[in-house]
Amino acid sequence: MTTLDSSKEIQKNNSEVNEKHEDFRMFGLITFLIADGMTFAGFFAAYLTYKAVNPLPDGAIYELELPIPTLNTILLLVSSATFHKAGKALLKDKNSDSQKWLFFTAFLGIIFLICQLFEYFHLPFGLTDNLFASTFYALTGFHGLHVTLGTLMILIIAWQSRTNGGRVTSQNIFPLEAVELYWHFVDGIWVILFIILYLL
Amino acid sequence: MTISIDPQKTNNKSLQPKGWLRYFSFSLDHKVIGIQYLVCGFLFYLIGGTLASAIRIELASPMSDFMPRDVYNQVLTLHGTIMIFLWIVPVVNGAFGNYLIPFYVGARDMAFPRLNAVAFWLIPPSGLMLVASYFVEGAAQAGWTAYPPLSITTPQSGQIIWILSVLLLGGSSIFGGINFIATIIKLRRPGLKLMQLPMYCWAMLGTSLLVVLSTPVLAGTLILLSFDIVANTGFFNPVLGGNVVVYQHLFWFYSHPAVYIMVLPAFGLVSEILPVHARKPLFGYTTMVFSIMGIVVLGLVVWAHHMFTSGTPPWMRLFFTIATAFIAVPTGIKFFNWVATLWGGKISINSAMLFSCGFIINFVFGGITGVALAQVPFDIHVHDTYFVVAHFHYIVYGGTVFIIFSSIYHWFPKVTGKLFNEKLGISHFIITFIGFNLCFAPQHWLGLNGMPRRVAEYDPQFQFVNQISSLGALLMAISTIPFLINVFLSLRNGKDAGDNPWNALTPEWLTSSPPPVENWEGEAPLVEEPYGYGKEIFEQK
Repeated sequence: MTTLDSSKEIQKNNSEVNEKHEDFRMFGLITFLIADGMTFAGFFAAYLTYKAVNPLPDGAIYELELPIPTLNTILLLVSSATFHKAGKALLKDKNSDSQKWLFFTAFLGIIFLICQLFEYFHLPFGLTDNLFASTFYALTGFHGLHVTLGTLMILIIAWQSRTNGGRVTSQNIFPLEAVELYWHFVDGIWVILFIILYLL
Repeated sequence: MTISIDPQKTNNKSLQPKGWLRYFSFSLDHKVIGIQYLVCGFLFYLIGGTLASAIRIELASPMSDFMPRDVYNQVLTLHGTIMIFLWIVPVVNGAFGNYLIPFYVGARDMAFPRLNAVAFWLIPPSGLMLVASYFVEGAAQAGWTAYPPLSITTPQSGQIIWILSVLLLGGSSIFGGINFIATIIKLRRPGLKLMQLPMYCWAMLGTSLLVVLSTPVLAGTLILLSFDIVANTGFFNPVLGGNVVVYQHLFWFYSHPAVYIMVLPAFGLVSEILPVHARKPLFGYTTMVFSIMGIVVLGLVVWAHHMFTSGTPPWMRLFFTIATAFIAVPTGIKFFNWVATLWGGKISINSAMLFSCGFIINFVFGGITGVALAQVPFDIHVHDTYFVVAHFHYIVYGGTVFIIFSSIYHWFPKVTGKLFNEKLGISHFIITFIGFNLCFAPQHWLGLNGMPRRVAEYDPQFQFVNQISSLGALLMAISTIPFLINVFLSLRNGKDAGDNPWNALTPEWLTSSPPPVENWEGEAPLVEEPYGYGKEIFEQK
């Protein structure tokens, strides 16, 4: 059996392989987000089909209040911009500025979640009331789960971009860029969700 | 943007266990992971095969006498789920994909080795969970399709465990798909063009696109279904105002592409095996590539042909019939290309070649019944009968499983460095081929005469034909014995294979057998013509 068990050989080979190669982590993340987007596409398709072919019983048609979701849309759009600011600041090696912007972004995400919960508690229907109610909670809940995960990741990134000993720096900006892309994705999904669920 | 990794930090391959222990470790080596997928899948194949034997024993007599009816439902559900999600999909994608793709693109590992190991290690626990659900309160009973309202009204715990297990397996499949796409597109050796890749890379690229685009939809659907079961929502429950047809649409949006997820990699593998053993270049490389991509695109827009009896409106029937019939075009092109590859070749009759030829014969038969099933009037007649069972077993067993065995025979010398016993291999083929056709060919007749599938009892007039079918199943079960003996004997006392026993030209044969940890001792070779067999002979003429 010819193997390269001697660590010297492997060392040599590794240095050849690892000379320099393209960073394809972002490529992998984009592929994953396409897959994630398809999950939402399935939910949207189900919701629109129900809307078209399953008429709701009388008394089950609600006028949704718009102020909170509109505020939520604005919150998420602003948070996308602040996240972008954080990335710009980090590239200029202004770590503490970047950290401030990141905490602000996470703060906006938390406000979004609080507003969402507030809306849940004040809606005139519950999860199992009817088909529209179930789909409404499934869609917003699944999106809310994404926002929760995103907020946690932003907090981790913010902690790691601290000036002393942080691992996210202008040399290692991939974690920030990855979470930023994910965050923009979650915002984009919200805009579609807002249009389909509240405006249509 | 480029990254450079400090070799000192990434050099953990040398720290991983050696010998057989590494197959039980969280190994990052794509070759180890490939073998893990293969052996794990084969163990589940034995379980699924035992369940299939139980079904055929039950159906040897018209009465439900071998097992209670609800156990029969559990057995057929577990058989379908295990065979699809734990044997065919992981083996034909995960096992061969992981072993071969890095060689084919000239890389030392997959693009994301850790994600790769995670994807594999999701499989054994979810598979064991699925099998164990039988002992909780009975396994799921709603078939591998889990159609509501049946899946909502049958005992809950089995169905919920089924959903969890399929969700985990779907996650594993998505991670694998992301990894394959990144490896094929981004990790190619410098100088290797896309149109120089071996055909299996193209097949895996197409398959992974289908995995990434369609599996998440199944995940979402199953989450909604689990809400229906646990939280009493009414997405798919007509009693609560839900719509069962929406479930069927979403389910088949994944599960029709899943058919191509199971068969496209087999198309790729047979395109690797035939040229080697016929000593001829693969016929029509470019048309092969375009027909794979054609199947990928068309495969995403034909799902409702599974639902012609679900109250589908006429325009939908028309569209999906035409779209399905169109798939026969790229598939037919591939079929003729394989035949043309064999035509006038210097064919060696060995186990790998025989299984590949068996694949071509079975697959064309399954393909023809597939085109027939796409026609609405015919489909309405045979919907949910044994004709459908016969059709898809001709595709998944006669097609894909034959290619899995063919590939095992073809790459066994590369993986182990040992030659296997040809006589045992050929007897394995003969018993499998006869057993398979004896088992499933009569089921076409049963279906045309109206024997419904998934029912433990049937009209006594069908008994004789069912017994022939059960005899075939017995032969299929027996055929595993020479295969297992062959593997163990060859591993122990097989002759030394040498690096390239088939004189093949694809990159994995240009290294030692078994390959070194980093795949090549030096730089990866640039193979511009993976199928350049007999080229210099033509030039001399």
